[in-house]
Amino acid sequence: MTRQLMKGNEAVAEAAVRAGVAGYFGYPITPQTELLEYMSKRMPELGRAFVQAESELAAINMVYGAACTGQRVMTSSSSPGVSLMMEGLSYISGTELPAVLVDVMRGGPGLGNIAPAQADYNQIVHGGGHGEYHAIVLAPATVQESIDLMVDSFDLAEQYQSLVVLLTDGSIGQMMEPCELPAFKPMKTEFPTWATNGAEGRKKRILTSINLDPNAQEVENFRLMRRWQQIEENEVRVKTYFMEDAKFAVVGFGSCGRLALSAVRAARAEGIAVGLIRPITVSPFPKKLLKEFSRKLESMLVVEMNNGQMLDDVISATENSLPVEFYGRMGGVVPFPDEVLEEIRRVAKGGLDTTGHPRDRWLTRMAEKGL
Amino acid sequence: MTEYDVENEVLVYERPDSLTDLNTHYCPGCTHGVAHRLIAEVLDEMNLKSNTIGVASVGCSVFAYNYFDFDFVQSPHGRAPALATGIKRVLPNRTVFTYQGDGDLASIGMAEIIHAATRGENITVFFINNTNYGMTGGQMAPTTLPGQKTTSSPNGRDVESQGYPIRTAELISQLDGTSYVVRRSLNDPKNIRMAKKAIRTAFEVQQRGLGFSMIELLSICPTNWGMTPVSALKWLEEKMMTYYPVGDYKVHPAVAEIKF
Repeated sequence: MTRQLMKGNEAVAEAAVRAGVAGYFGYPITPQTELLEYMSKRMPELGRAFVQAESELAAINMVYGAACTGQRVMTSSSSPGVSLMMEGLSYISGTELPAVLVDVMRGGPGLGNIAPAQADYNQIVHGGGHGEYHAIVLAPATVQESIDLMVDSFDLAEQYQSLVVLLTDGSIGQMMEPCELPAFKPMKTEFPTWATNGAEGRKKRILTSINLDPNAQEVENFRLMRRWQQIEENEVRVKTYFMEDAKFAVVGFGSCGRLALSAVRAARAEGIAVGLIRPITVSPFPKKLLKEFSRKLESMLVVEMNNGQMLDDVISATENSLPVEFYGRMGGVVPFPDEVLEEIRRVAKGGLDTTGHPRDRWLTRMAEKGL
Repeated sequence: MTEYDVENEVLVYERPDSLTDLNTHYCPGCTHGVAHRLIAEVLDEMNLKSNTIGVASVGCSVFAYNYFDFDFVQSPHGRAPALATGIKRVLPNRTVFTYQGDGDLASIGMAEIIHAATRGENITVFFINNTNYGMTGGQMAPTTLPGQKTTSSPNGRDVESQGYPIRTAELISQLDGTSYVVRRSLNDPKNIRMAKKAIRTAFEVQQRGLGFSMIELLSICPTNWGMTPVSALKWLEEKMMTYYPVGDYKVHPAVAEIKF
């Protein structure tokens, strides 16, 4: 295959096309819009379904309907638009349908801005919609990784009858990088035994998320939870860098993990034994791996483009067995690698005051910087 | 005593194949049963049962999928036209319809119905207008008549503070994307026969790929109206049919040519 220069959003769209997506339903919102625009040209020329919906609410419900037929379907949006999709995401999860959402996160809350952010981690990883459900959430750090994970998203969605979210941000969506596209997969010709695609020669099928009997609903909830246990067991993906001899680890996901790597490299050049742990699945979260590392390391530094949302998952996974520090920028501000390097130096120096919550200590340090 | 010739009895009326052999949960006198039956009879006549995917909505008809004997999905409140769009776009050769009440379609789902109609989605919409939210116990709906008492308009709908009813068929018929938009009533045999003919026409429209069709069906809700079924039918005829006239609001020239 040949390498080419592609913009993140367009590369993801083409990857979905090659993975055999049969229907795309979306709504314009920056910094995701190129994905919709690309699909508006690409899908019809391949004879596949494309609809620019009247809202994100309608878009996710078109995905819901199309997913009921057992076809590969997706939508994409950015933070405020994804908020509107929460209803549909809960229904899709409650009906146990495979579907894929690309969330190109931007600064918030509210209308916020169109700069890259990671502030919707909790919304996507810890629910967002009503009721209890989990999504598989993949967090790429490069355009190439976005492509690869986009293709995997459809397979994972079908394997576990689950919602899969490709959680990216404005920087990865907008940047151009050299990348290699996958080969075309054949379109699906066989459909699962639950698909409502017309009852020709078989009994009728119903797809619904209603269970008026609480006991029946609970049986469903147990099934979803046990499936999630399997996913936690089988599908954790994480990438580590310089961890073989590391005394300290930076933990960051997506584009923030990528810029932290620059800081880690610079720290290594200074002789600091630091490594990077970059969760690729932020859900299921690499709990076991973090727990194992927490026994070997002196401390961890969590770096995010939010107020420390993954931080809580790191603290929970490491069970307070080592000091955890936090550094974050919010509202669409992307930290410079030098800011992270400064934090690495501070952590490596030792003698950390670990009273209180890492988030509170971070807020105090940021106040000292005039923020 | 009359002697009956049992041996030579001719079957003239039976359950359509497209309906399941279940008792419905609908209240006595409710016209959902009539609407269900008409849809089922038409799908039988057109031999479309195994080709059809229905979309149930949120309201009393949330369980419609139990009573129809073909594939069905159940939509979030108001979003049935979006689900139907998704299904029809990936399976254009299937027959797809939504079955929605007035709170579902004309209130929370107004954006979805307007845009499905304006896109000319090749789907059929059955819109049950019984002037209230039946399932939650009879609250004011967008279709509640001026002065009509409901549990959330206890002094009667005051148009000054609670606005006016929406004449949905007229509204939707204004959109260029629509092909067939009519209102029918389920109050007496003549109107029920007219309703069935309209349902047949709507499915013929979809079969021919002629685009969006919607049938508003004036219906009764004796339980929440606090009336007997008979007086509810009378109220429908006297009050609803004057505010919501039965009629053809949009018949595309191509639809007018359909013969069956």
